[in-house]
Amino acid sequence: MLLIPCPWCGPRDEAEFHYGGQAHVPYPENPAALTDEEWARYLFFRDNPKGPFAERWSHASGCRRWFNAVRDTSTNEIMAVYRTGEEGPEAIEARPFTPQPGQAIPARPAVEDGAVEAEGGPGGAAPGGVAGAEPLQDGTGRGGGGGNLPFRHPTRGRVDRDTPLTFTFDGTEYQGHRGDTLASALLANGIVQAGTGIKLGRPRGIFSAGVEEPNAVVQIEAPFPEPMLPATTVELYDGLVARSLPGQGRLATAPDPARYDAVHAHCDLLIVGAGPAGLAAAAAAAGSGARVILADDRPEPGGSLLGTAEHLDWVAEVTELLAAAPDVRVLPRTTVFGHYDDNHLLAVERRTNHLGADAPENVSRERVWRIRARRVVLATGAHERSLAFADNDRPGVMLAASARTHLNRHGVLPGRRAVVLTTNDSAYAAALDLHTAGVTVAAIVDTRPAPGEWAQRARDAGIQVLPGHAVTGTRGDARLTAVTVAPYGESTGQREFAADLLLVSGGWNPVVHLFSQAGGTLRHDETLGSFVPDTCRQAVEVAGSANGALDPAAVLAQGAAAGARALTAEGYTPRTPRLPTPAAQPRTTPPMHVYVLPGAPDAPHFVDLQRDVTVDDLARATGAGMRSVEHTKRYTTAGTANDQGKTSGVLAGGVVAELLGVDISALGTTTFRPPYTPVSFAALAGRDRGALHDPVRTTALHPWHVAHGALFENVGQWKRPWYYPQDGEDREAAVLRECAAARDSVAFMDASTLGKIDVQGPDAAVFLDRLYTNMMSTLKVGMIRYGVMCRPDGMVFDDGTVIRLAQDRFLVTTTTGNAAAVLDWMEEWLQTEWPELRVHCTSVTEQWATVALVGPKSRAVLGALAPQLAVANEDFPFMAWRDTTVAGIDARVCRISFSGELAYEINVSPWEALALWEALHETGAPYGITPYGTETMHVLRAEKGYPIIGQDTDGTVTPQDLGMGWAVSKKKPDFIGKRSYARADTVRPDRKQLVGLLPEDPAAFLPEGTHLVADSELPAPPVPMLGHVTSSYRSAALGRTFALALIKGGRDRIGERLYAPVGDRLLPVTVASPVLYDPEGARRDG
Amino acid sequence: MADTALTAPPRSPLSHAAARLAAATRTSGGAIRLAELPLLAQLDVRLDAKGPAADTVGLALGLQLPLAPNSVVHTDRATALWLGPDEWLLLGRPGTQRDLENRIRTAAGDEHVSVTDVSAQRTTLLVTGPRARDLLSRGCSLDLHPRAFGPGRCAQTTLGRTQIVLVARDRPRAGFWLLVRSSFAGYLVDWLLDAATEYI
Repeated sequence: MLLIPCPWCGPRDEAEFHYGGQAHVPYPENPAALTDEEWARYLFFRDNPKGPFAERWSHASGCRRWFNAVRDTSTNEIMAVYRTGEEGPEAIEARPFTPQPGQAIPARPAVEDGAVEAEGGPGGAAPGGVAGAEPLQDGTGRGGGGGNLPFRHPTRGRVDRDTPLTFTFDGTEYQGHRGDTLASALLANGIVQAGTGIKLGRPRGIFSAGVEEPNAVVQIEAPFPEPMLPATTVELYDGLVARSLPGQGRLATAPDPARYDAVHAHCDLLIVGAGPAGLAAAAAAAGSGARVILADDRPEPGGSLLGTAEHLDWVAEVTELLAAAPDVRVLPRTTVFGHYDDNHLLAVERRTNHLGADAPENVSRERVWRIRARRVVLATGAHERSLAFADNDRPGVMLAASARTHLNRHGVLPGRRAVVLTTNDSAYAAALDLHTAGVTVAAIVDTRPAPGEWAQRARDAGIQVLPGHAVTGTRGDARLTAVTVAPYGESTGQREFAADLLLVSGGWNPVVHLFSQAGGTLRHDETLGSFVPDTCRQAVEVAGSANGALDPAAVLAQGAAAGARALTAEGYTPRTPRLPTPAAQPRTTPPMHVYVLPGAPDAPHFVDLQRDVTVDDLARATGAGMRSVEHTKRYTTAGTANDQGKTSGVLAGGVVAELLGVDISALGTTTFRPPYTPVSFAALAGRDRGALHDPVRTTALHPWHVAHGALFENVGQWKRPWYYPQDGEDREAAVLRECAAARDSVAFMDASTLGKIDVQGPDAAVFLDRLYTNMMSTLKVGMIRYGVMCRPDGMVFDDGTVIRLAQDRFLVTTTTGNAAAVLDWMEEWLQTEWPELRVHCTSVTEQWATVALVGPKSRAVLGALAPQLAVANEDFPFMAWRDTTVAGIDARVCRISFSGELAYEINVSPWEALALWEALHETGAPYGITPYGTETMHVLRAEKGYPIIGQDTDGTVTPQDLGMGWAVSKKKPDFIGKRSYARADTVRPDRKQLVGLLPEDPAAFLPEGTHLVADSELPAPPVPMLGHVTSSYRSAALGRTFALALIKGGRDRIGERLYAPVGDRLLPVTVASPVLYDPEGARRDG
Repeated sequence: MADTALTAPPRSPLSHAAARLAAATRTSGGAIRLAELPLLAQLDVRLDAKGPAADTVGLALGLQLPLAPNSVVHTDRATALWLGPDEWLLLGRPGTQRDLENRIRTAAGDEHVSVTDVSAQRTTLLVTGPRARDLLSRGCSLDLHPRAFGPGRCAQTTLGRTQIVLVARDRPRAGFWLLVRSSFAGYLVDWLLDAATEYI
């Protein structure tokens, strides 16, 4: 959502504005002097540059002022705004690209490489003294605090062992604990397989511990069905029922009973991610007076620190600080999923999902946050990357840091006996921690020939390290049983290790999704072997491992610095937060950049586990000539599943680069688009459902219509009575009855929805003369004139009546659906073209309720209720208006007829409309007064050939086409549309003209839209079409069906027979004058 | 002749919703208060802010028409809202619209001043209570923090899917007035009561 700065009201959401096209295209001084080509150029031709473009905009939902804006059409940036009549700026500069400041301050030498974790930062310090890390007592895991869960660690993790929860997965009931995810609870029960591959059907296991999960995507069945949720993000609750999926889920067939809503929020600083970097930024910002929002997708802050169990005291300290700080809002369980223009970010907060059936009914289940932030710090962490090796998809293959997270966050051992495969140092910290917790680490297989100090630390702990080795294959069906290892790049020297867990680390991908969505550019970082943020035009800074920082101290320092910089830029004074001091780290060894590991040629090397895309598939793509990752993505579907390639995207790029023999930095990444993680349509719809989806506008008389059984027609947003069926009548019968009442006696209708605009000022008459095709300045006070309004191209745009209230005051009416558009139209011309005219226009649509009183007996009814009003024809002639009282209510009565009958429109305050209506109903009762709806109104007007703008016209119809040349002034020097009536196109003899149609069978009904052809037999296609039916009705007065149609050269065809294909028949019809009833107008005066 | 019509009191657009608004106010336990302020006098006033009429009209009304965009001037008798650089909405007690209009027209003399009675065009809702701001943030994209939208501020914007004129009342924590087109008032009440579900 762009912010557009209204020159009067300041920045507002773009939804408040209407676009008005190119600015500075003045209405020609003298259109009559222009050639057809010059006039057409004014009408139809506009510039379309790439880059800065001066445009007109109207603050339509605000102050209704038109203004000019210079917008860069390639970026949508609004570069300048200025008021109508002001000169545009001479030189305009686009917002600069700002490099990420974090990159300018490497806190430590880059070689001092540490482990990184998802969710907010790195973390992987060596697991120094983790207190209470006792190995499991026995292989079944009984005893300890884990209850009967064989893989629950007795002490580790943040789960509440006193709150057991029961859940069902694939039909089997299990126990878990509060604080588990569905994935960790399954692991605690020894279940690692959580699905099957979508194409090949191979068993798939829990692969990660977060949103990046490609495998364990499950279907929730109860309490409410929800498809495709990563089990690693589903918080466990009592009564959860889920099942594994072969790739795709099932939507509920019953309506979702939960509430979803949305909320707007504003802040000086939004921090995305509450890991070490995000918490440090928040700690720097808290208490400064700035408004801060900290959003994190997990139930509690801490990010990767919870996965490594480091500095938890500091996490608690900052969490407390933030809770106590005014103007700081912490949003847990909130995923920021979109970063749009002008720092508008969307997030979804899962408010009650984790409560299962206990969720309160009146609290929304999920809430969409629409956050407008002055500054944004993205501390979104990094995702561990996988490797493409043979049979790398067996359940039990898991990202290394994720296994550590399951241990420390959830207190589960993902397996008993592990092999670790890595290309970098970060997996060592995970291996050491799991080793300490009781997992047997059979070997660490490192592709690097000389892994350095970290490897030494592992050896010191008694773990075998195989430098310069790689995994060449795996065995096992439902679960991994063995891992084959060989020296890297060699087929000899293979060794097999029995293992139920294979931990993999292929390096780290900074989570740059939001930065990229914000318009940020990426660059390839050679050290990291991945893409990191580079420059951005928005006020956004990336901190921590999302910025490629790998060292824990650097992550914390970057976070604090980013928070401080953002606050300073907004004029606040940041604090210097206390940051923890990470323990001394072993010297790091640079990672090895490798994507595909050699292995058995017939064994699949999976790249995208969720889409079952292998290295062979990518090779087919490059073999077919693809040279771009965007193309290989679409050819193979790699990266298109609901995990959007979080673990596989860069891997796929690396594989394609190897296949093409180019550097991955030259290939770049595929485009990151919102949402970062899937968001349900229910959440996006929020409360905009049912009656709240689209406002219903009602008149003051609406309750009466409802009480009297009206059926309603939607006209724009209005509910208008359509007809009032009585005693089981169908529509046809009801409408015939209502029509007959209006023609024979008296009927009345709620016409309050007509648009009404008060036009005041000394130049009001001049203004209306320019807007309408006919002359308004000659209208006398006390009289009314019908008027037609056209666009400059001469096509009818609206019609209505003009009432002259005083010399300098008019009341104009518009069609129901066009009221706002007509007022905008008036303001546009007044403000941009004719600012010298002293005229003001004000909407008074709802200031007046209008009742149409129609029929030969209407005079009698009105006369009885308006004793002070002389109602005789000579006293109160057609197209006159009178102020009087009707039923004791102040009223303005107009003699207007939209039916050809004697008729009045009675305008009163809507506060008194019901009293008026009931008085008319009562007084008219002796005459059988009948309420009628829009259908009857349409029949009555069509019998008289009165067009409905928007039904009988479609923006290609001139007043002359409608047979209303009489309403187009020949005397006025100019009015909007006049010049176009001299264009060759508008004087063509074969223009479509409005005519009547009479089917030869008086009972045959022509559906609206029916085409008309010349011959009784259809020729071979293409069939020449003469026109189409615009309105079609059954007429009580004519005793037959009839229609209005736009027909080529229609007026010259009156009396001709044409044919209308209806179904498989060609119905003969006769072209007639559009005025079919009372053509001499004898009924108008009663 | 329908005698009842002569004595029927005027019906405000939300008279039928009064009970629902009162019930929500009651059950929210003080979190929110919702009520219609029915039948207020409302006049749309247009004049050149730099011309002589601005002062004479202001004098006649006993208030200075606010010149800063989106600001409000309150007096005991009337409230003037900035709607545009040459447009104001004047609010007064029920029944005072004719008097206010006459005073403005008299003060304007021959100047180009437009006055339009729009008392029935919109109705006014009071939204107040500790959760009032939260409630409106469910559908209003403006920053309603007291720092950004405190007493003395007004704005024409959208709430949910309808346009409103939003007025911050003249004391801190006194909540808001919402002016809404009468035909949309029923929708807006449905929207507000649904938004308040969490509190009621």
